[in-house]
Amino acid sequence: MFGLTYKSKIMLETIINGIKFKNPIIAASGTYGFGREYNNLYNVGMLGGISSKGLTLHKREGNKGIRIFETASGIMNSVGLQNPGVETFIKDELPWMKSLGNVVIANLGGSTIEDYIEGIRLLNKTDIDFIELNISCPNVKSGGMALGIKSNIAFDAVKATKEVCQKPMIVKLSPNAENIIEMAMACEAAGADSLSLVNTFKGMAIDIKRRKPIFDNTYAGLSGAAIKPIALRMVDEVCKNVRVPVIGIGGIYTVEDIIEFIMAGASAVQIGTANFSEPMICKELIENLEKYFQKEGIKKIEEIRGII
Amino acid sequence: MQYSNAKVISQEKIASDIYVMTVSYEGEETLPGQFFMLKAWENQLPLMRPISYFKKEPGKISFMYRIVGKGTLLLSKLKKGAKIEILGPLGNGFPCDQVKGKIALVGGGVGIPPLYDTAKILLQMGNQVDIFLGYKDELFALEDFAEICDSIFVSCEKGDEGYNGFVTDLLHCEHYDAVFTCGPEIMMNKIATMCRQKNIPVWLSMERRMGCGIGACLVCTCETNSGMKRSCSEGPIFNGNDLIID
Repeated sequence: MFGLTYKSKIMLETIINGIKFKNPIIAASGTYGFGREYNNLYNVGMLGGISSKGLTLHKREGNKGIRIFETASGIMNSVGLQNPGVETFIKDELPWMKSLGNVVIANLGGSTIEDYIEGIRLLNKTDIDFIELNISCPNVKSGGMALGIKSNIAFDAVKATKEVCQKPMIVKLSPNAENIIEMAMACEAAGADSLSLVNTFKGMAIDIKRRKPIFDNTYAGLSGAAIKPIALRMVDEVCKNVRVPVIGIGGIYTVEDIIEFIMAGASAVQIGTANFSEPMICKELIENLEKYFQKEGIKKIEEIRGII
Repeated sequence: MQYSNAKVISQEKIASDIYVMTVSYEGEETLPGQFFMLKAWENQLPLMRPISYFKKEPGKISFMYRIVGKGTLLLSKLKKGAKIEILGPLGNGFPCDQVKGKIALVGGGVGIPPLYDTAKILLQMGNQVDIFLGYKDELFALEDFAEICDSIFVSCEKGDEGYNGFVTDLLHCEHYDAVFTCGPEIMMNKIATMCRQKNIPVWLSMERRMGCGIGACLVCTCETNSGMKRSCSEGPIFNGNDLIID
C-alpha cells in the first residue's frame, strides 16, 4: 500500500547542480523584481526558484526615455539594469527571499570583469543558492552585450569569474551570440555549472511621427511569445551539444510550452514576460503542470526530458 | 491589490473616441487617482492596459478612457456581460489628507476622469475645490463634475464652449493652497513650473508605458530628485518639487 501511494505520487521536482527545485518553474530575472510585488498576489515561495532583478556591483539608475514598447506578440524593453547594487540586495532583499523556502538565484551583470568578480566575492559570503551570470543584457552599452556575442570573450569572462565563484554558476546566454552552440560550449568549457537561455533578442522600433527610434538607446530587447520558437530551437541545439543542465527561457506562457522546452532537454524553465499580462501565471503553471503530468501519466520530469 | 475576473456592466460612448465602461468590482477600497491594469484579450496583446478609475460605487467601478491604440479599441468593443480581467487598485493616489483649504484640480483630456473622485473626497473633507477642465474640441464628463461641484472652469482649444485656449491660462495658482493635476505632460509641466515659482504645493499624475503595473519590472520610471521612481507603485502621483521636469 505504502509503495503504491509512493509510486503514484507526481514529482515536479528537478535538480540542477545538486540543488533541488521543488518544481521547474523559475521567475525570470528583470520581470519579477525580488518577488515582493507578486507575493502580494500569491505565495511566491511556491515557485521552484526566483532569479533576482539583474544586479550590478554598484547601484544603477537605468536608462532614460521609453523603457517598454509592445510589439506583435512581444514586448521590447530597455530598462538598463536599474538595481540597488549587490550590497543593498544582500542587506535588504536576500534575507526575505531566502525566507520563502525556494531556490534563490542572484542574477549578476556588469560592465567590467573586475565588477563581476567583486560582486561574486560579496555573494560568496551569503547563503544565496546560485549565481546567474548575465553576459547577455542588450541594454547596457559597455560590457554585457559584447560578452554575450563573442564566444572567446565569454570564455575568458566565465573562466575568470568561475575561479572566484564558490556558488553554482548558471551562465545566461544571449540569443544574439554569433553562434549559440559555440557560445554554450565555450561557457561549459570555461566552467559554467549550468546554462540558461535565451535572454532578449536585440530589436528596434521607430516612432514614424517623430522620425526617431522609440528607444533612447536605439535598440532594445525583444521578449514574449514572438520569440518562443527561436528560443526553443536554441535550447534544443544547446542541449544536444553540452552536458551541463540547461534552463529554458523565451516566451513561455503555457504548460505545453514548458513541456516542449523539457522535451528539448531543459531541466527547468524561466517565466518572464508572461507575468505582465497574466500576473498569476507562475502559480497557475505549477498547478496545471501537475494536472498535465497526472493526465498523461508522467511521474517525473526525467521521463520526458530531452526525448527529442 | 488583487487580480480578479470581472464582468462588464455597461459600456457607453460619451464623445468621439471616449467611452465609459463600468465593471463589477468587489475588491479593496480605492484612493482617488489610483489605477487598474485591464485586459480582455489573450496573447495577441502582451500587456494589460493601465487606466485610472473614474467612479466607484458599491459593487462596481467605472473607467473613462479614450481609444488610443489596439488595447483601448478592444476594450471599447466589450459588451455588457463580457469578461474582463482587472488588477488593482494600484499606485499611491492623490494625497488628499496632506492638503487643506482651497484646492485647484486641473485636468486635461483623459486626465480628467481621476479628478472626479478626488474632488468628491476633498469636498467631503471640507475643502473648497475649484475644478479646471481642459478639452481639445469636444466636452465630456462635465455633467458628472457639475453634480458634485459648482466651481468649474472649462477651456476648449477648438470649440465654442468655455474659454477658447489652454486650461493653464485659466489657473492662477497663487489663489490656492495646493494644486492637483492630471493630463498631458506639457500641461502638467507648465502647471508645476507655475506653482514652483509661486511656492504652491503641486502634485502631478504621471502617465508612463507600463509593464507589470505592480512595481516589479521598472519600465515606468520617472526621474526625481531622489532617483528613478516607479510611476506604477511610487506614483503615479508625484510631488511637483520632487520631479525632474524637462
